[in-house]
Amino acid sequence: MMTLAHLLAIGAVLFCIAVAGIFINRKNVIVLLMCLELMLLAVNTNFVAFSRHLGDPAGQVFVFFILTVAAAEAAIGLAILVVLFRNRATIDVTDIDRLKG
Amino acid sequence: MTFQLVCFYFFAIVAAMAALGVISVKNPVVAALCLVLTFFSMACVWLLAEAEFLAIALVLVYVGAVMVLFLFVVMMLDVDIAPLREGFVKFLPGGIVIAAVMLVEMLALIGLKALAVPPAPNPAGVSNIAWLANALFRDFLLPFEIAALILTVGLIAAVPLTLRRRAGVRSQNPGRQVMVDPADRLRMVKMDAETKGGTAP
Repeated sequence: MMTLAHLLAIGAVLFCIAVAGIFINRKNVIVLLMCLELMLLAVNTNFVAFSRHLGDPAGQVFVFFILTVAAAEAAIGLAILVVLFRNRATIDVTDIDRLKG
Repeated sequence: MTFQLVCFYFFAIVAAMAALGVISVKNPVVAALCLVLTFFSMACVWLLAEAEFLAIALVLVYVGAVMVLFLFVVMMLDVDIAPLREGFVKFLPGGIVIAAVMLVEMLALIGLKALAVPPAPNPAGVSNIAWLANALFRDFLLPFEIAALILTVGLIAAVPLTLRRRAGVRSQNPGRQVMVDPADRLRMVKMDAETKGGTAP
């Protein structure tokens, strides 16, 4: 029988993979955004698990809102990325230091 | 081991492998496709966890919209990948250590707290969609409307962000075309009639 622990475990695994991905791909903005999406997926899995476990629909409603905000975030983030690439011709994070002065 | 558990392990392992692929492959297009596989596998896991509506929404929203957007941007940008991979080997051990420590800590917590609990109870006699809709449209109606507003703002904001005006390009301005007034183009001049032999009497 699939228990709460199984779902929490796969959520933890995905979250740690995403953290490792952010750490080792720290120059490529596109992969960083993908790792953010992975993190959100892991968090959403935890919400789903606890929602079913506690019998409370609020958790799944929260997942719904997180999906909404993440979709908007991806759209804005990729639009910013396109503008950045057009202006600087690079998506290297270490090159984006204009505000450093 | 029940059939449900076998399916869970299969989908979970596929999701974890695909997630490893996302962070380790060289080509961003392949990474995006791996992310699609991760989302799809996790949608299957959510189905097993009886969150049917969210599983379908995950496939529709993420695989159908967000990942297509990612692929579109990755293919459009024509990025030179090689300089972006420079720090990969240097940061690889640190990343693995951090992730492994986090994973062990989390699994220890989960194992201590959650292994003993009974399996999730089912809400009596209500389908997942009805269950979710009751909460969404009764208790969370205002946040639902705000979510719609956020999506609209995101939609509108993405357009001016990527809008570009280049100097020296001939183009029509529809606004000015619509606003045109005949009086701007034709000027009526009052003057006396003229004849061939001089001015009229």
